[in-house]
Amino acid sequence: MDNKNISKRIFKDRIFTVCVTFLAFIACLPLLGILFLIIKNGASSINLGFFIHLPKPVGEEGGGIANAIVGTFIVVGIAFLIATPISLLTGIFLSENRKSRFSEMVRVSIDILSGIPSIVIGIIAYLWVVKPMKGFSALSGGIALAMIMLPVVIKSAEETLKLIPYSLREASFALGVPYYRTVLKVILPTGFSGIITGVLIAVARIAGETAPLLFTAFGNPFMNFNITKPVNALPLLVFNYATSPYEQWHKIAWGAAFILIIIVFVVNILARMISKKWKVTF
Amino acid sequence: MESDILRIENFYAGFGNSTILKNINFSVVENKITSIMGPSGCGKTTLIRCINRLHEFSPGATFSGRILLRGEDIYSINPISVRRKIGMVFQRPNPFPNMSIYDNVISGYILNGIHLSREEKERVVTTSLKKAGLWEEVKDSLHRRGTFLSGGQQQRLCIARALAMNPDILLLDEPTSSLDPKSTLLIEQLMEELKQTITTLIVTHNISQAARISDYVAFLYLGELIEFGPSNKIFTNPENKKTEEYLTGKFG
Repeated sequence: MDNKNISKRIFKDRIFTVCVTFLAFIACLPLLGILFLIIKNGASSINLGFFIHLPKPVGEEGGGIANAIVGTFIVVGIAFLIATPISLLTGIFLSENRKSRFSEMVRVSIDILSGIPSIVIGIIAYLWVVKPMKGFSALSGGIALAMIMLPVVIKSAEETLKLIPYSLREASFALGVPYYRTVLKVILPTGFSGIITGVLIAVARIAGETAPLLFTAFGNPFMNFNITKPVNALPLLVFNYATSPYEQWHKIAWGAAFILIIIVFVVNILARMISKKWKVTF
Repeated sequence: MESDILRIENFYAGFGNSTILKNINFSVVENKITSIMGPSGCGKTTLIRCINRLHEFSPGATFSGRILLRGEDIYSINPISVRRKIGMVFQRPNPFPNMSIYDNVISGYILNGIHLSREEKERVVTTSLKKAGLWEEVKDSLHRRGTFLSGGQQQRLCIARALAMNPDILLLDEPTSSLDPKSTLLIEQLMEELKQTITTLIVTHNISQAARISDYVAFLYLGELIEFGPSNKIFTNPENKKTEEYLTGKFG
């Protein structure tokens, strides 16, 4: 029949396939570039001492970033502890009251909160926490990061819970299960993997935030476990060392960036594994 | 001796300004199968959702009249205890996806926080699954997720879940409409066996299904109860012209 037309179509199809594949590859390039650069510059500074030693003064060889690693875990841990329960309850509220005026208000506020630049969040945390407490602290850094984490987790929790079919609630009600137990024992467990994934992705995101920590956690050259005192954090250390004039500190900054990326990477992979393993099909 | 377990008196129900059910009156006989049939949108589902008080969860739900379970108005007692006495199986199978088959059967106990000893659990799971005719198929995979089962098996799992609570009445809302003929036949046989111990109310679209299984039939049309009676009478000699037209396929 119209052989020419068909071969033309096949030709077009090929061109599009090539284009789409190529563009998908381009989308991966930035990540590959970043990874390449950081591994090239950072991997050489990594050794056991890098993890367990404190930074040394300029001019002295060696030294590690143990304080920043510990500090990052403290600050992120505080943010996680503050943000997770609030986000979870808000997510439940929003998915259970989809149409009320108040939930619409909450939704708008969360969207706006997620759009606020992180440096502004840092200043707010400075005014609300650092000033009244009369000093920089890990706690204030955690609170600043929690504010960034909130909208991310709330959104993902709400979306996850919304997808749970109404028929499951009815199944539970029909067994004589009260409403609150239905939410706690049917809806939450069914959405569990989605919620955990959302929390982990948010954790991976805030682990790399620098701006909110500038006026809150502040940085600290020493090891500190006291949450009312300033702590160092990986992004802060990268910021301070990379902007310093010393070649040796630049190397440490690359190493810290490398570790930060590894942490983010591991958390992301963990999130994927959890969502696969505990995935619930309806 | 036949006795009434459920009496529906002057019952009206609806959503917002529209009335779906108008002045429904009939009685359900204990340990018999009563079918509620009628064309789409006639209020069949609304009616059985009123019987276990699920209707009131719908936004804008309204209702009036009385539904008496063994002489007690279900709208005067706690809805939670009503639902424990009146079990329900839905149109589409809805086992809990986060639970194993085993846990699904005793989910009524788990979710309500009722503690069962190991032996009680074993006994409830085994007897309920046997009653629901699912035991032979799942006895080796009790700890797999309920959602791995086929649609027909899932529906029988939902029946087992309802039976595990030892309800007085079992409500079935078009339980076979999403199933294949073989699973439908299994569930119909199952209902026949369950008649010894439980009263069943089934909503059905399917006239021949109603004829096969029911002892009594209620025919609803546009929210009104047109005719109610023993099924052999309704199917052979209906009093109302509308019923006859529906049964002969003139509308519906």
